Amino acid sequence: MGDAKTISIEKPCIDVDKIRADFPVLSKEIGGKPLIYLDNGATTQKPWQVINRVSQFDSEEYGTVRRGSYRLCENSTRLYEEARQKVADFLGAPTRQEIVFTSGTTQAINLVAHSFGRKFVNAGDEVIISNIEHHANTVPWQVLCEEKGATLKVIPVADNGELVMEEYDKLLTDKTRIVAVNHVSNALGTINPIKEITRKAHSVGAKVLVDGAQSAPHMKVDVKDIDCDFYTFSGHKMYAPSGIGGMFGKMEVMETMPPYVTGGDMIMQVTLGKTTYAKPPARFEAGTPPISQVIGLGAAIDYIGGIGMDKIFEYEKSLLNYGTRLLSDIDGLRIIGNAKEKAALLSIYLESAHPHDIITMLDQDGIALRGGHHCAQPTMIRFGVPATARASMAFYNKYEELDALAEGLKKIIKFFS
Amino acid sequence: MSYDNELYQQVILDHNRKPRNFHEMENATHCCHGVNPLCGDDITVYLKVDEAEEVVEDVSFTGSGCAISKASTSLMTNHLKGKKIDECRVVFDEFHKMVLGEFEPEKQEHHLGKLTLFQGIREYPSRTKCASLAWHTMVGALDKKTEGVSTE
Repeated sequence: MGDAKTISIEKPCIDVDKIRADFPVLSKEIGGKPLIYLDNGATTQKPWQVINRVSQFDSEEYGTVRRGSYRLCENSTRLYEEARQKVADFLGAPTRQEIVFTSGTTQAINLVAHSFGRKFVNAGDEVIISNIEHHANTVPWQVLCEEKGATLKVIPVADNGELVMEEYDKLLTDKTRIVAVNHVSNALGTINPIKEITRKAHSVGAKVLVDGAQSAPHMKVDVKDIDCDFYTFSGHKMYAPSGIGGMFGKMEVMETMPPYVTGGDMIMQVTLGKTTYAKPPARFEAGTPPISQVIGLGAAIDYIGGIGMDKIFEYEKSLLNYGTRLLSDIDGLRIIGNAKEKAALLSIYLESAHPHDIITMLDQDGIALRGGHHCAQPTMIRFGVPATARASMAFYNKYEELDALAEGLKKIIKFFS
Repeated sequence: MSYDNELYQQVILDHNRKPRNFHEMENATHCCHGVNPLCGDDITVYLKVDEAEEVVEDVSFTGSGCAISKASTSLMTNHLKGKKIDECRVVFDEFHKMVLGEFEPEKQEHHLGKLTLFQGIREYPSRTKCASLAWHTMVGALDKKTEGVSTE
């Protein structure tokens, strides 16, 4: 067994205690024990800055958007579009019109699969995903390929959790219409070489969708630099309210795409005979959007932008390094996924205890982890485990919390031995 | 080395480590396959029923799963051996209601014996299925559900 004291700790590049004071839930107790929240890959907690902004908007400024010319609505519309600009700046998008709001990553990927997919993917064509995708970036493409008689190809993953890029090269053909991969794997933490993946896909004329649900909250993203055609994200994984997220889409690509959901606000003109559609992003935002949630997303981006994405990445990396060394010393514990480029996530497998027992037992120590297949069953199958216990970190986590996790896991191993 | 919740008690731990009646049954009269897709618990329950006497003479199981599902199945096999079919259904009903928090063994007459150990699972609704899978599968076997049972 390792001794936590022998592992050197890098001095945090951010003031973690000051940050923690911004998150009211982090000072709560679960069954008399301080909450140790390590399920940030599933959803993140919210700071006062987001909670208060949404509360203030709802109590003093709330109005519909784009549907009225009275001042309450004009102001609400302005704030809504300002939030769109914040997202555009956050992702490095050239214009705010290239940001489409959706309920989250799942809906954004479905939008592209239904709209782009229905129009441009036909019988005999090919779609490429990877073996380490979330079901949200697997099932929409399976359904599309089945409907169209297209072929779904899968980039294999090596034992360390990295995609096998030589195999990717072989999968690309002039029939490839779209490549859909995540930036960071939610099950393993692998950071994928999406710039290279995009460049190679473009060389055969294919478009690229990057699922950014696990990356956008944790590192600096620049969609111009990546050059991808779509980049999706979820607000609730980046300290914003649930029910809001969206995607960047290149304007020249989105302009060629038909609507996905139809109704109000996505039209240019409607007669009973024919409807013409609005330009993106309105074309893809039918119906009244989640307005307060968009305002909350803007506040969340201001908050993490204030800390700095480079600092967030650096600190979370030091948490990962510390946690990895701590857990590597525990006998009977296996970390699934050891990619060289990895986000702050540890997928844990114990020889002696089922992941669901681990989660329930850690919960009794106040430690919150996700146990299960992480909506990535093909990944679990590939690594020969039914499920894992996943500790996913955020910039408000502390080294001491990882010590507690390690102690909790040792206790479970001893209990079951 | 203890957990506040009675869930992970010595008895459950013991039945997880050394499950009782953990084997296939060659002369089984009833058999059913049960899965809990959320957890991946996967068990098969075998019964040997004396139809004339309406008695469950023998119970066994095979499969894999978490400690709760394995211990629950193991304890069930011990508990039901020699019971009348009607009694098995009564215990199923009481157990099922107990894990859902709809039955209080300490306040009501019951036929659960040691099985009350699983009462603590009610704090974790997402895991009640781990404890009740064995019981649904057992009833599936009695009802001759050839397609198996699933908790979803």
